[in-house]
Amino acid sequence: MSAVPAAARPARSPVLENLAAFAASKLSLTCAVLVLGCVVLAIAAPLVAPHDPNEADLFRRLQPPAWMEGGEIAYLLGCDALGRDIASRIIYGARISIFIGAAVILVATTIGVLAGLAAGYLRGWVDVAISRLVDILLGFPYLIFAIALIAMTGPGLQNIILALAYKEWVIPCRVVRGETLAARELEYVEAARALGGSSRYIMWREILPNILSPVIVVSTVRMAHVIILEASLSFLGLGVQPPTASWGSMVADGRAFMLDAWWVSTFPGLAILVLVLSINVVSQGLRDAFDPRMRR
Amino acid sequence: MSTSAITAAPALVEMRGLTRHYDSRRGLWGRLTGNPGVLVQAVNGVDLDIRRGETVGLIGESGCGKSTLGRVAIRLHEPTAGSVRFDGTDLATLSPLELKRLRRRLQIIFQDPYASLNPRKSVLELLATPLRLHALASGPELADRVGAMLQAVGLGPEHLRRYPHQFSGGQRQRIGIARALMLEPDFVVCDEPVSALDVSVQAQIIGLLGRLKRELGLTYLFISHDIAVIGHVSDRIAVMYLGEIVEEGPRDAVLGDPRHPYTQSLLASVPRIEGTPGGARRQRLQGDLPSPVAPPPGCKFHPRCPVAVARCAREAPATTAVRPGHRVRCHLVT
Repeated sequence: MSAVPAAARPARSPVLENLAAFAASKLSLTCAVLVLGCVVLAIAAPLVAPHDPNEADLFRRLQPPAWMEGGEIAYLLGCDALGRDIASRIIYGARISIFIGAAVILVATTIGVLAGLAAGYLRGWVDVAISRLVDILLGFPYLIFAIALIAMTGPGLQNIILALAYKEWVIPCRVVRGETLAARELEYVEAARALGGSSRYIMWREILPNILSPVIVVSTVRMAHVIILEASLSFLGLGVQPPTASWGSMVADGRAFMLDAWWVSTFPGLAILVLVLSINVVSQGLRDAFDPRMRR
Repeated sequence: MSTSAITAAPALVEMRGLTRHYDSRRGLWGRLTGNPGVLVQAVNGVDLDIRRGETVGLIGESGCGKSTLGRVAIRLHEPTAGSVRFDGTDLATLSPLELKRLRRRLQIIFQDPYASLNPRKSVLELLATPLRLHALASGPELADRVGAMLQAVGLGPEHLRRYPHQFSGGQRQRIGIARALMLEPDFVVCDEPVSALDVSVQAQIIGLLGRLKRELGLTYLFISHDIAVIGHVSDRIAVMYLGEIVEEGPRDAVLGDPRHPYTQSLLASVPRIEGTPGGARRQRLQGDLPSPVAPPPGCKFHPRCPVAVARCAREAPATTAVRPGHRVRCHLVT
């Protein structure tokens, strides 16, 4: 969109150029690798995890990490109050965090993009209806809203995803609506109408590809947020139910032993920190890469 | 492209009382309280005929409603009142499907060669879109037609895979022209197609538009604020002021014997070499275009008119024919 006439650059699609700009930042690339590493660990958990995450061994109750006295290499990060291997539980817990994060963002972005495009392009009563609904949903505190929904529907993977997506779609919706409002006034949209393009064609094929970058950026930031929310719900006992490992519930499990066995809470907490931080850096990098004005 | 006006041909486009107001009344509160809000009178009661094969130049200052008129003329925007007949069909009576079919014959070339091309589409995609939307061609035929059109506007097959940001302004405008002509339209609105370009490139694009018009038998409504450009391309000229056409006629009549004080001032504002005839009775235009939100009563030009009389502030003037095909909207012209 910038006014720089590119003379002799090779013909590359704007998407490829953006990805190249993203990869040029070492920090972004490192964090992207970290995030992908977490995803791979999560998918390959049964192959990678040294132990069964739910196998309790009371002889190893609160066994410290390998480098401390009484630790074992086989139980690298120590064991929890039931003698379960913390490293294995973190690997399995990544599945819950990443799956819920991705699922919520997928559902929320799909709904948000559809609603935002409709509100921003069609305007009129569609816009009024969608925007008022968005305003109402924004009025509820997020976590309390989710807790209330789960209290009604009961805990469980599907209910958690629905409870979080119920409000999460509002955010991509607002982004898409605003971008669509700006894009619909541009001449290439008018040109498409003059050529006989239907509203659906214009929304999907002309406007959406141009507003996808902010949507991707927002989705990644929000994914980090959803992972924290899921951890919070699990911490409060409203997440996936025991014995399934989840980072939030692991932190909660370790609360009672913080002084004697700090590792029970600390390592899953660190896992949350690293994943969320990496996702945020990646989204920052994506924003810089997708926005040519940020480019040096 | 300045052939003499083809007076015998029937009008391809007939605008009658064409009006477009923008209602910027905001939100529920305004509607509940009955707040009339701000009404922008972009186009007000325009009558204009465009005959097949001619170029009508539409000239006026920025903000006078030229572009809006061009868009309403091809029903890219809905008129608030009035009608447009295209080749005998009233555009307002068409169903969405019929309108889509007619869109093939009504096209527009835009001013801004940066905003008018979707930055995410390659030239091939940009030019294939019109044909795909109307299911006119596919496969090798589609590629052939895109290639032929690209050649017609002076670009080559090596440009097919490039994206808009890799072209200069003039090249982008060529792509915009190619896109508008892919559907083989009859009537093309050229909305300031050269205003954003360098002067040297302007000449190339004007030459290209002229050649394409001859080769493809096009009819143009050519919008510009540049008198030199309008004088060069038009068969007939319409002068627009604050949403109304104040003078309209054959090019040589309007430029050589302008009757409306506004046209006279516009022509006087063109820098000219001292001593050329016709400079003496012309007046420089003072002040700015009044807001189309609150246009002056009576003749809309009277606050800036050098020869206004008391009547001008009270009554809106009617249109007077000063000679066949040359109409002026002014009390002082009889």
